[in-house]
Amino acid sequence: MPKIVFTEPGGARREIAAPLGITLMEVARQHGVQGVVAQCGGACACATCHAYIDPAWAARLPPREEMEEAMLETAWEPRDNSRLSCQIHITADLDGLEVAVPQKQGS
Amino acid sequence: MISTILIVGGGQAGAQAIDTLRREGFGGRLVLIGDEPELPYQRPPLSKKYLSGEMAADRLPFRHRSFYEDHRVELKLGRRAARLDAAARQLELEDGETLSYDRLLLCLGAASRRLTCPGAALPGVRYLRALEDVPPIQSACKPGARVVVIGGGYIGLETAATCLKMGCAVTVLEMADRVMNRVVAPCVSEYFALEHRTHGVNVICDMRVTRLDGGDRVEWVTCADGSRHPADLVIVGVGAVATTELARAAGLDCDDGIVVDEYCRTSDAAIYAAGDCTNHPSPRFGRRVRLESVDNAFEQAKSAALNLLGRRMAHDRVPWFWSDQFDNKLLIVGLSQGYDRQVLRGDPAARIFSVCYLKGRELLAVEAVNHSKDYMAARKLIAERAMLDPDKLGHSDLALKEAV
Repeated sequence: MPKIVFTEPGGARREIAAPLGITLMEVARQHGVQGVVAQCGGACACATCHAYIDPAWAARLPPREEMEEAMLETAWEPRDNSRLSCQIHITADLDGLEVAVPQKQGS
Repeated sequence: MISTILIVGGGQAGAQAIDTLRREGFGGRLVLIGDEPELPYQRPPLSKKYLSGEMAADRLPFRHRSFYEDHRVELKLGRRAARLDAAARQLELEDGETLSYDRLLLCLGAASRRLTCPGAALPGVRYLRALEDVPPIQSACKPGARVVVIGGGYIGLETAATCLKMGCAVTVLEMADRVMNRVVAPCVSEYFALEHRTHGVNVICDMRVTRLDGGDRVEWVTCADGSRHPADLVIVGVGAVATTELARAAGLDCDDGIVVDEYCRTSDAAIYAAGDCTNHPSPRFGRRVRLESVDNAFEQAKSAALNLLGRRMAHDRVPWFWSDQFDNKLLIVGLSQGYDRQVLRGDPAARIFSVCYLKGRELLAVEAVNHSKDYMAARKLIAERAMLDPDKLGHSDLALKEAV
């Protein structure tokens, strides 16, 4: 299983083995990674699973779709490497992915 | 000193309360009592990707079991709370175990409203609310099976769309003159009815079911106009009722839900409540509401947990809701009651539009169809009590937030 490294808002690093096929949001939520709220459970309806992808990795992910783009616009402090973690599916080539959780979720 | 907190109800609200209580430093005994045997899980996929088989069961729980172990949560799942003695601060479970508490949080949820017409108890008549409801529906949803859905609300329509995808022949019978009539504007109802019909769902409105008939199991659904619809499976989605029996029997104030104040307190000082089971004030909208939604369960449980620990925090949020039907996303924010004007933005034929509800110039609610931009902007504007210009609002090429 690929390992994903989350940095929580407080700075703590969590390395989690992620099963293939589920989303980055689900990995974070199942393990209680702090700051990944994910209220809607992956329906792309709430923008509370916002995460910053390590810039070295960001370009290697499938690009944002229109709906994700619109949701991120109003997220708290969006950046070029912002993603909704519910829209990223775990694949074998994501082994080592570094993800930082923002200080806040919501607008 | 609060040393023991009991949470009754293992749904969205119960799971969230655990999270907040531990994150906010509660170090005492924390017990979750739930009548379903599973770890707290998400309900929304039950009518969608879980029903269709696209989503595996292990993706439903909010947290892994290890989360509860790590956070020292005593799980009493598959156990029903039978009696509450508020004076003695004791909760008795059906199997006889008695638990004492310093604070109790009731997250009892809501239950499907039952059909009462003749034949309603026939085998093959199903409701969809809990995980255990899904397998019998799945096994009946064979390609070609005739499914009659009674009720054209969120659950009815989502389930109809899923059953159609599974190869069933689906009929939706709605009593009102349009689908989702209690929650959306007529043009949104019209849009979704058309979507369903285009995909092949037989949507019939103004159609009251009077009886169900069959031998060993349901075979026919009969309506007030005398029409009869053949059915291999009937799915009933006619609303939900707040679960209040435990609270009512203990003498807590109940009135279409457990009555709580903005701090999530019931009429007993040691007992709080959150989620679908509560009747609570909405400071933003100036009235009492009972909401059936993931968002409210989540936010109110968070507020309740903080108030349980003595941090005063009013539960004052703008509610929001969503529904997925075929490839459409309906997003609703705010409460439209009391509006005096509806403004349509965009064109339903373009499959992306929204309906704004105004009271004077104040934005009360927005229903957005495939329009995340308007929806996200509206969340902010409604919370801020923004005043908008109705004429500008009608220009859909102008961003919603610019219509001030």
